[in-house]
Amino acid sequence: MITNDERERRMDPEQQSSSGAVPPPIRRIRVDTSPTVAPSRPTHAAETLRPTRGAAGPERMTIDGLSVFYGPKEAVKQVSLPIRQGEVLALIGPSGCGKTTLLRTLNRLTELTASARREGQITLDGTDIDDIEVTALRRRVSMVFQQPNPFPMSVFDNVAYALREQGSKRPSRKVLEPYVVDALQRAGLYDEVAHDLSHPALRLSGGQQQRLCIARALAAGPEVLLMDEPCSALDPKSTAVIEDLILELRESLAIVIVTHNLQQAHRVGDHVAFMYLGDLVEYAPGDELFTNPRAERTRDYVGGVFG
Amino acid sequence: MATSMPPRTPLPPLRVPGQPTGGPPPKKRRANESISTWRLTDRIGYFLMWAAGLLVVAIGLGIVGFMAIKGLQYLRPVLLTSHPQADLDQSKSGGFFDPLVGTVLLTVIGIAIATPIAVATAVWIVEYGRPTWLARVIDSGIEIIAGTPDIVLALFGLVLFQQGIFGWMSFRAEDGAVFGRSFLTAGAMMSLIALPMVFAATREGLQAVPAHVREASYGLGKTRAATIRRVLLPSVKSNISTGAALGMGRIAGDTAIVVVLLGASLRLDPEGGIFGILQGTGGTLTSYVYNNSPAGEGNAAQKAYAAAFVLLLIVIGLNFAVDAIARRGARANGIETSRLGGS
Repeated sequence: MITNDERERRMDPEQQSSSGAVPPPIRRIRVDTSPTVAPSRPTHAAETLRPTRGAAGPERMTIDGLSVFYGPKEAVKQVSLPIRQGEVLALIGPSGCGKTTLLRTLNRLTELTASARREGQITLDGTDIDDIEVTALRRRVSMVFQQPNPFPMSVFDNVAYALREQGSKRPSRKVLEPYVVDALQRAGLYDEVAHDLSHPALRLSGGQQQRLCIARALAAGPEVLLMDEPCSALDPKSTAVIEDLILELRESLAIVIVTHNLQQAHRVGDHVAFMYLGDLVEYAPGDELFTNPRAERTRDYVGGVFG
Repeated sequence: MATSMPPRTPLPPLRVPGQPTGGPPPKKRRANESISTWRLTDRIGYFLMWAAGLLVVAIGLGIVGFMAIKGLQYLRPVLLTSHPQADLDQSKSGGFFDPLVGTVLLTVIGIAIATPIAVATAVWIVEYGRPTWLARVIDSGIEIIAGTPDIVLALFGLVLFQQGIFGWMSFRAEDGAVFGRSFLTAGAMMSLIALPMVFAATREGLQAVPAHVREASYGLGKTRAATIRRVLLPSVKSNISTGAALGMGRIAGDTAIVVVLLGASLRLDPEGGIFGILQGTGGTLTSYVYNNSPAGEGNAAQKAYAAAFVLLLIVIGLNFAVDAIARRGARANGIETSRLGGS
């Protein structure tokens, strides 16, 4: 028997004729021509805030010959990168190229995966991150995830959670309040939630939730902020708000952002690193990498040829 | 990349016997799926599913309706508040205040023991679970407890709690033999009835918490212990409540353990205050129903009906509580769930 759907399609005269015609041509991929990079138009404040080159601060983290293995599979191969204060490092590359793994290695979150193994050295302000107590390291190198993931508690408690030490004595709400408010203000969320800080965090909108997660990460007072595709679950408007926020935060922090959105990498990235199959293919200032890529693979990728 | 595809000859339209071909589509009807286009076996299956669902509803309504008619006929408020008496004359045999208290007491003791053990086990299995062989052993241990008939648990409990070191839980005869039957011993065994339900609900809840939520907590420099206490346990609060309510329903409805380990007596042991009651024997609504029904001594069927109706109300009430908790929990977490929430 056939479903109604099939019956309709069979009766549709257009379908009939097209199925008899030549199949549509497959787009030919031409790697020998120069790539077409979409010209960036100033669409929102993130564009006007574009960095002035060469203003990067001191190097906070250094990745030196980093390799990460999941069992026998080498997810990141011999990558070396500097992470500087006052600039945004954007990691781009196709899915499964190791950029998220690289990001998670920076605050030792890969250690939660039983099969993961790491070689090479990562230093934070000259100290090997293996020599820093892991909870202290993660407070200094904080992370924002792809999915907004507030905890099932109030807005206030979400931010305060990051501040409360694990000691036996918990600071009171009164002591914490100015810090919570400060973190919410830095994340640009305070005005929207000020009227009710005891509002359940999970009732906020997606964009607000993600800014709450940024506030939470900022409350710990990090020196480096890691962002794993922070806008991929958000609408364009919320994305624009968060991109502006990234450019503001850049002044006081070193930011590493993983993104699938090349335009976003171009808009916020002072330096862009392109990874492919675990290799670091190219590392260059954002404008340079997008307008004049040196490696052929980079050219193909930013030209939108494979992804 | 492939250069080009080989030329494709289009397949002729599929013809199926018994189906009208060609002709304009029916105009009036929207192109929704209609049962008239189904295969005969599919249609029979569809009606069987409907029939099965209606049958279950009918049975449920039948039980509740029958018990309501019989129970309400004999249920008087005085029955709930008066002590039972052993008397052949039904007008003097009193109510079932003691069994009602017994049910509540036993349920509270059972769930109070079961919940912390079940939650701790579930947290360990989901959050640690290493070494793997130990996790597997614990998992099968709980399956064994869940699968053991309650009468077997009761007999095992009787042997266990008659050991000398458990003397404080019941009372000793003058020669030092331990009686082994009391609210404490019965409650301890009852906790095993509820434990698998609380465990399963908690584990399910923990497994439903996405990994990135845990990582968000670790990513803020929190320890595993802080993550469990401040993030994970609050997340699964409604799951724990659901499991506990289900387990309470099971305890309230259990008879075998009451008969073997609680003595199934008419009255509570009033000697020695609260702890005396806990160390003493007693009965519950289930044992009261059993004793008064035609299957037991059988001379007070009316009171059995009244007590059974009260018991049914308690268990149904717990089940509604389960549903309400699950739905409220889902709403608080901003998750849409099916109406069946419950187990």
